[in-house]
Amino acid sequence: MTHLLEVRDLEVKFALRSGDITAIDGVSFTLNQGERLGIVGESGAGKSVTGFSIINLISKPGFISKGSIHFEGKCISDYTGSQMRKIRGNRIAMIFQDPMMTLNPVFTIGFQMIETLQAHRNISKADARAIALEKLRKVQIPSPEERLDQYPHELSGGMRQRIIIAISLLADPAIIIADEPTTALDVTIQAEIMDLLQELCETENMALILITHDLGVVSQVTEKIAVMYAGKIIEFGPTDKVVHTPVHPYTIGLIGSIPGATVPGEELRQIPGMMPTLSNIPEGCAFNPRCELCEPICTQKTPELEEKQNGILAACHMK
Amino acid sequence: MFAFIIRRIIQAVVVMMVISLVGFSIKSKIGDPVRDLVGERVTPEERAQIADKMGLNDPFLIQYTRFVKQALKGDLGRSFIYNKPALEVIVRHAPATLELLIGTALIIIFVSLPLGIQSALQPRSLLSRFTMSFSTLGVSMPVFLTAILLIYLFAVNLQILPSYGRGETVDLFGNGYWKTGFLTHDGRMHLILPCLSLSSIMLPLFIRLIRSEMMEVLETEYIKYAWAKGLSPARIWMVHAFKNTLLPVITVFGVQMGITFAFTILTELVFQWQGMGFIFLEAVERSDISLLIAYLVVVAGVFVLVNTVVDIIYGFINPTIRIAGTR
Repeated sequence: MTHLLEVRDLEVKFALRSGDITAIDGVSFTLNQGERLGIVGESGAGKSVTGFSIINLISKPGFISKGSIHFEGKCISDYTGSQMRKIRGNRIAMIFQDPMMTLNPVFTIGFQMIETLQAHRNISKADARAIALEKLRKVQIPSPEERLDQYPHELSGGMRQRIIIAISLLADPAIIIADEPTTALDVTIQAEIMDLLQELCETENMALILITHDLGVVSQVTEKIAVMYAGKIIEFGPTDKVVHTPVHPYTIGLIGSIPGATVPGEELRQIPGMMPTLSNIPEGCAFNPRCELCEPICTQKTPELEEKQNGILAACHMK
Repeated sequence: MFAFIIRRIIQAVVVMMVISLVGFSIKSKIGDPVRDLVGERVTPEERAQIADKMGLNDPFLIQYTRFVKQALKGDLGRSFIYNKPALEVIVRHAPATLELLIGTALIIIFVSLPLGIQSALQPRSLLSRFTMSFSTLGVSMPVFLTAILLIYLFAVNLQILPSYGRGETVDLFGNGYWKTGFLTHDGRMHLILPCLSLSSIMLPLFIRLIRSEMMEVLETEYIKYAWAKGLSPARIWMVHAFKNTLLPVITVFGVQMGITFAFTILTELVFQWQGMGFIFLEAVERSDISLLIAYLVVVAGVFVLVNTVVDIIYGFINPTIRIAGTR
């Protein structure tokens, strides 16, 4: 069976004056229709770049240097700009991190919704408006007709993120890539937005790639998790297994540092040290300077992602 | 939006009041309305009598109120060199200056927008490098020098454009007030060099401003999101980025057109252009105070009017301002 999305051996580099820097190093994963995948990691681990490289929107000077991305059986990593445009916002939609910055301040919500539909379909303004209204209802926005004529600055952050979700739904996409969709929002609104996203994915049978640093969010919403560290996937598997029986020492550390896992009053656990910058990733396993289990082999040989226990893939020599 | 417009108009009125006060103070200190009226061949006794009759010995505030009342009726005193009401002299010369400004504004808009946007979209291209280096040159050259160089090149050497005067004009409304050069070929040819030299200072500034604003806008999240929505590059650049670029540019445009207005004095002198700047210099030379004050008030009025209109246009483009106005 062919997968909806198949990322194979993806490598993304950034061309800097001092030479190319590898931001993503050999990332592979698959996504089936209606499946929800979480990509977790610290900032700088390459999770956002992974998301953006799927629709070929990596910020300059980044570029895909190796690997392929297949979507619905076609190799979209070879697509030209105009071919790719037909996928963006249409078959694969994106939700950005900060809803306060994502909408253009000088156009109404209706304008920004209608233009998206008209970019992908030969449709009249009135019809596009009707669809926009229907999607606004789907994201449970109060008085949607009014919203269409409002400007972004008249709405709150949570409301704007709902509108962005509505925009991503406009063309009934196969995949939604959500890049830290709740990081900029209040905790109470975070939960509402995540529930909404999950519900929509289920009812519309859409696949979701949820990029976040928040393991709690991922464990509630997704079915599979990919944990990234320094540009590589170091652990991949079904969400409940990765959360309850993690294999890689980094994932164990991450889960151990969630406040709920410690007794109240006790100091929060944390992983010692910091993630290396992309320009000086250590030899062997990139996690070795911070790892409690580090042995000589870890500083010499880069571990491969292999199946370890009950369906979890991990890249670690010690397990 | 209505409240916003009203507020801007009230602000404009306040500014005009202050300017009229300054203008009147100058007039009451250094002007001599008696001489304006009767010339210099009258005895001091008779002068004193006339001054008393005209109320020149009244308290300052009463005189100022009278000045404002008369100004509102369109009476800004008499110009003794033309022996006509000062305002009429100004108004008769205003169209020449106005046409100079319109021509300059057109050049600035139609040259700086395409060049500024082009060099923002392709900052490394040959054309934008050329634009950038040329604009540095333009900024650093004074208007009168540009004007003289242009005359030397196009009028003296190539002999394809006239070097002075307005050329053939057409009476626009049939009442002799607005003689326009835009409607005849000769008039348009006469407009080219003065407008070019007048725009030479502002043009580089606007190209650079548009370029830097546009480059900044192109880096924003909402432009990246527009790409992620699958919009075409033309739409992203010309609709999404353009409108946001325009906001700061419009404000600067209003202020700069006011400054350009001031520069017309030099340009009109070099090209012997019979506009307001030209008669202003004449008024200074022969110390025609009434004419000077009339010039000051009218120029300030135009300045305030342009800025008010620009602010209102800005309000229409920028939705956040509109909201602030309704509150």
